[in-house]
Amino acid sequence: MSDLAGWGNYPRIPTEQLVPARAEAIAPLLAGRSGLVARGQGRAYGDAAVGMATTLTSSRLNRMRRFDPASGELTVEAGVTIADILATYVPRGFFLKVVPGTKFVSIGGAIAADVHGKNHHRDGGFGDHVIALRLMLPNGEIVTCSRHANAELFHATVGGMGLTGIIVEATLVLMPIETGWLVQETHVAEDLDAAMAALERTAAHTYSVAWIDCLARGRALGRSLIYAADHASAADKDRFAPARDAFPPQRRAGPSMPAFMPSFVLNPLAVRGFNALYFRRGARQALTPQLVHWDPYFFPLDTIGHWNRIYGPRGFLQHQCVIPAANARRVLAEILDRVARRGSASFLAVLKQLGDSHGLMSFPLRGYTLAMDFPIQDSLFGFLDELDAIVTAAGGRLYLAKDARQSRATFAAGYAGLDGLRDIRRCIGATDKLVSHLSARLGI
Amino acid sequence: MTVSKSVLVIGGSSDIGHATALRYAERSWQVALAARDTITAQRNADDIKARTGNDVAVHALDILETDRLAAFVDDLPALPDTVISVVGELGDQARAERDIAHAAMVMRTNFEAPSLLLGLFANAFAARGSGTIVGVSSVAGDRGRGSNYVYGAAKAGFSQFLSGLRNRMALTGKVRVVTVKPGFVRTRMTAHLKLPAPLTVTPARVAADIYAAAEESPRDVIYVGRRFWLVMTIIGLIPEALFKRLKL
Ligand SMILES: Cc1cc2nc3c(=O)[nH]c(=O)nc-3n(C[C@H](O)[C@H](O)[C@H](O)COP(=O)(O)OP(=O)(O)OC[C@H]3O[C@@H](n4cnc5c(N)ncnc54)[C@H](O)[C@@H]3O)c2cc1C
Ligand SMILES: NC(=O)c1ccc[n+]([C@@H]2O[C@H](COP(=O)([O-])OP(=O)(O)OC[C@H]3O[C@@H](n4cnc5c(N)ncnc54)[C@H](OP(=O)(O)O)[C@@H]3O)[C@@H](O)[C@H]2O)c1
Repeated sequence: MSDLAGWGNYPRIPTEQLVPARAEAIAPLLAGRSGLVARGQGRAYGDAAVGMATTLTSSRLNRMRRFDPASGELTVEAGVTIADILATYVPRGFFLKVVPGTKFVSIGGAIAADVHGKNHHRDGGFGDHVIALRLMLPNGEIVTCSRHANAELFHATVGGMGLTGIIVEATLVLMPIETGWLVQETHVAEDLDAAMAALERTAAHTYSVAWIDCLARGRALGRSLIYAADHASAADKDRFAPARDAFPPQRRAGPSMPAFMPSFVLNPLAVRGFNALYFRRGARQALTPQLVHWDPYFFPLDTIGHWNRIYGPRGFLQHQCVIPAANARRVLAEILDRVARRGSASFLAVLKQLGDSHGLMSFPLRGYTLAMDFPIQDSLFGFLDELDAIVTAAGGRLYLAKDARQSRATFAAGYAGLDGLRDIRRCIGATDKLVSHLSARLGI
Repeated sequence: MTVSKSVLVIGGSSDIGHATALRYAERSWQVALAARDTITAQRNADDIKARTGNDVAVHALDILETDRLAAFVDDLPALPDTVISVVGELGDQARAERDIAHAAMVMRTNFEAPSLLLGLFANAFAARGSGTIVGVSSVAGDRGRGSNYVYGAAKAGFSQFLSGLRNRMALTGKVRVVTVKPGFVRTRMTAHLKLPAPLTVTPARVAADIYAAAEESPRDVIYVGRRFWLVMTIIGLIPEALFKRLKL
């Protein structure tokens, strides 16, 4: 028994931890245990990857199985990370179709949360590029699921937060790239309307995302920098940087946050200063296309190891909602206004467009998603409940991979697939067997 | 056209063996694994093939069956340019104190069997006039400690065997012998132990150091994790009268 938490360091909960050496070792561990859930790299923020009694970590299921360069089909064990795949295949001219904002996630975790990238509006979620997966059911049996075989189980597992079984292996498609670089444009938006207009305008680019200054208020509410980018062709690369390597290797790991920072480090004044600097720098780059290395482009936060410690030992929460397109403008303004008036130190907020999703419990829906970090304070929980009410009323929902506190009512209102997931769980004997703190809290 | 060189990793089911074989494959060596657990070795071979595109052969070998070692070497499709033994068994010290069979297994797995096998490769390499032999021993062999001296003594024997073999080979020809002494490595062998994070390295790090010492900038004896060289030097300097009273 030892304490385990998600990336937000909240909540910390004691659990038995098991680290099977290979897939065959899992079935005997399942037998005779209940209240168990799989865990990848623990990058979900809240309590999704902490088992009620037992947590089964995939870190040693880290071997690749096979790769076909002609089709781009790659089969890996579920504990292989996105970092490992990119370090291995970027030099060979391949990239993943969908990557989240950190590369330190496992393939099992990426499927279980059906993670989205900055291209969801065009290319869908991680699960949309999974051809098949091998899932260990609560009884220890391994079944292959795809859109054609055990399709119902496949759709429930993509986005299913580990509650339908343990993914032991998956086959995905990698896409060929001409270079490991991106051509990026920066747009400055003075307010929320301009930010949303810029996101729509740049939607033809493969990737687009807005970073909002959460402390800007009044007329400047929603002030943002919008980054739009595409994979650089060989010709692009030669135009910008003829001397550079076409497929640069991953960046070396930078410094790591050695310990929890005392909470005064993140006071509103410091954040205000940081944001002002950030915007001045962004504005300088505005509209001049830049050639950016894939690693800092997709994973800017990964350069500082354990950056989550900056929020101190109490931890932090991320609130990530999605709002259907029709109501988005009004609802986002209201949320941002409340956050700005509260004045709590959220560094920056991230705003992205999302498209439809295909997992039973996938988070994305056609609209806008807003994600904000908040250090834990006693007053925070009530405040976020108020935001949830706005989200729910607008037909939106919260991302389970970020959640540590939403109510059952908020959850049930957002996820129409809940009853279907419960049925499947009953059917495969998962109801008591596969239980995370998240699933228990939300009554899944 | 240059023909790529070949390496045989003995103990191909282990994490250090896997990482080392991958390192060589990434540098376009032809890689073969020898292992008792051929299923796990095949899993490692598939991984290396997926990552590098290079085929990896798997040969079955139980190194404790010492009367079959000569045939194993003779039956290889080709004599490799480099042979690396990562075979080892940590065992259970407390059990080894009571159970002679267990102690003997630890001694044979860490000392007798890999020494005999590498000795056979040394003869074959000497006859050919070239080859590199790498033996993965351990810092545990540098000084006997109460908490794991059966393993440590066997590793000490292996280190001394490699030292003597290196001496013999250096006097007669072009065969090199490299002794590798890892400190703490996060692997299956140590999965159940609580290792001190600043002194613990990854299998990939061991692999990179092995490749560098064997193929890039030749070295005879390396400690993996420079800090461990310092630690072991200090431990080596403690007078026995004091050392025997320490709880190590
Ligand atoms: C800095 C940062 C940026 C992020 N950016 C994004 C982003 O842009 N888009 C996005 O969508 N997400 C993002 N995330 C969230 C992250 O991608 C997801 O939480 C992802 O699930 C984490 O993967 P993991 O391997 O760490 O899984 P964990 O956090 O360990 O687990 C997450 C869920 O997956 C389940 N799971 C893990 N492995 C298995 C398995 N083998 N079988 C079955 N279930 C399993 C767990 O039970 C749990 O429910 C970000 C997180 C961080 C820390
Ligand atoms: N991990 C550390 O901290 C550390 C520190 C210093 C030195 N080392 C040394 O590094 C080497 C690799 O160890 P590891 O950490 O990677 O642990 P490991 O996985 O336990 O490696 C031991 C290897 O030896 C093989 N082996 C044992 N008996 C065998 C036999 N009779 N026939 C054939 N193969 C046999 C094992 O094969 P099976 O899979 O069939 O058991 C396995 O491949 C060992 O020599 C170890 O002593 C390790």
